[in-house]
Amino acid sequence: MTADPAGVSFGERMATVEFRVAGNAHITVDADVCASCTTRECVTACPANLFAETADGGILFNYEQCFECGTCYMVCNKEGAISWSYPQGGYGVVFRRG
Amino acid sequence: MSPLSPAGFDAVVVGAGPAGSAAAFALAKAGRSVVIVERGPYPGSKNVYGGVVYGRILDQIDPEWWQSVPVQRWVVRRSTMVLTSSQSVSVDVRSQAWGGPPHNGMTIYRADFDSWLAGKAVAQGARLVCSTVATGLIRDASGRVCGVSTDRPQGELRAKVVIAADGVNSFLAKSAGLYRDSSASHFTLGVKEVLDMDPEVIESRFGLGGREGLDIEALGATGAIPGGGFLYTNHDSVSVGVVVALDGLAASRRRPEELVASFKAHPSIAPYLRNSTLREYSAHLIPEGGYDTMPDLVADGMLVAGDAAGMTLASGLWLEGVNFAVGAGLAAGRAAAAAIEAGDTTAQGLAGYRRQLEASFVLADHMRLRRAPALVLSDRVQGVYNKVLCDLAEQLFTVDNPAPKPGLLTLARRSMAKHGLKFRHLAKDGLEAARTFR
Repeated sequence: MTADPAGVSFGERMATVEFRVAGNAHITVDADVCASCTTRECVTACPANLFAETADGGILFNYEQCFECGTCYMVCNKEGAISWSYPQGGYGVVFRRG
Repeated sequence: MSPLSPAGFDAVVVGAGPAGSAAAFALAKAGRSVVIVERGPYPGSKNVYGGVVYGRILDQIDPEWWQSVPVQRWVVRRSTMVLTSSQSVSVDVRSQAWGGPPHNGMTIYRADFDSWLAGKAVAQGARLVCSTVATGLIRDASGRVCGVSTDRPQGELRAKVVIAADGVNSFLAKSAGLYRDSSASHFTLGVKEVLDMDPEVIESRFGLGGREGLDIEALGATGAIPGGGFLYTNHDSVSVGVVVALDGLAASRRRPEELVASFKAHPSIAPYLRNSTLREYSAHLIPEGGYDTMPDLVADGMLVAGDAAGMTLASGLWLEGVNFAVGAGLAAGRAAAAAIEAGDTTAQGLAGYRRQLEASFVLADHMRLRRAPALVLSDRVQGVYNKVLCDLAEQLFTVDNPAPKPGLLTLARRSMAKHGLKFRHLAKDGLEAARTFR
């Protein structure tokens, strides 16, 4: 995780946000499609930094700290690689000062 | 779901944001049964905005709304700032009139504001059901929308009209086929930090009185990515962030929080933020494409309002959204109530919605400013004019004795030449700006 000039680590940054984590993932990623992707826009563009490249050329993601913004599926240029819906009602991100 | 109404409702509103709550308010006021389905645990819990809510449209909900609205600060200072990495030029507008009723802009927290507005709908008789996702549209045999399915057991909600106020990703409008094109180029990503700061520090640092607020909008703050920066004051915090074109962000390979950090480190911004601590980090998409990228607003049995209909106005000079959502929601609620009254909730029966929007600021402003989003995000506006203007201003106020002062035209020519701006560019963009903002 990268630190910004203010000295706040990304983990500390995300710890300022409340998440009520649902039991099921609301994001799914098609490993085969992602393996063929050369651009990997989701990895850098996701403001919650949920996507990571693995050593074997795959994509790892976690859904627990998702802002539910939609950036990942919007910037993805591979049809069907990222399936995205809302978390179960009452779960997911809870902004207090949005 | 508990049997809310076995016979169904006159209307189901999806989303308890400003558009949805305004729509439900108008329907309930017209005597119609209406339920709002909100996926978050409370209204506003999924929402983020970027600066100022303009409240006058709330006159139609509560003539003395400013008495009860959960305001952070009344904006009396509005700064438009043009930046390079080491320079800035600001136009700083202050009006004490904005500090008193009926006010102009206010800063708020969406958790408070959206909950307050939903409360207005509930007080009028609307039913609010939170923690519930509308998962899809229900259609009758003729294909007309007649309700929504939800993620509750036996959670189907039937209604004569569905109002999709389900936000920027609007899966309902997309599933109804109302979007012709929802590509990334029509959207921006807003990334924001709320920083705790003592109220007295805010007031002395920004030159504000007790309940007064400041909003700064900055151009040239996002490097090579089209977008802008913002900073505004809350009661005991400041909110700072950037808004960037989604496709530009993806192509740049830069991280969103790094762009915020870079804006925060600018010499014109950093001193404002000293000794503040991060309270909450957030991000949200914004539909900034304007009029030409809006979906169809009406289908058989269905209306679309607010961000779901791409109604955020991102015109450079004016950056507004919540007021457009409220205006659209009120129109949707009134049109739906009239259509139900007349017994015709087909697209034709609901067509009054669009007529109302065209007669009000919602579509009138969007139609007038339809060329603005492309102009504001264009290469020269984003990356050349800021440099030309900052260099020109710097040279104008640089006293270079013993050399005599150069003329203004010489300075302008020099600054334009330095940044490759030709007079024909200036003429072309000037004409485009005149057409856009006429």
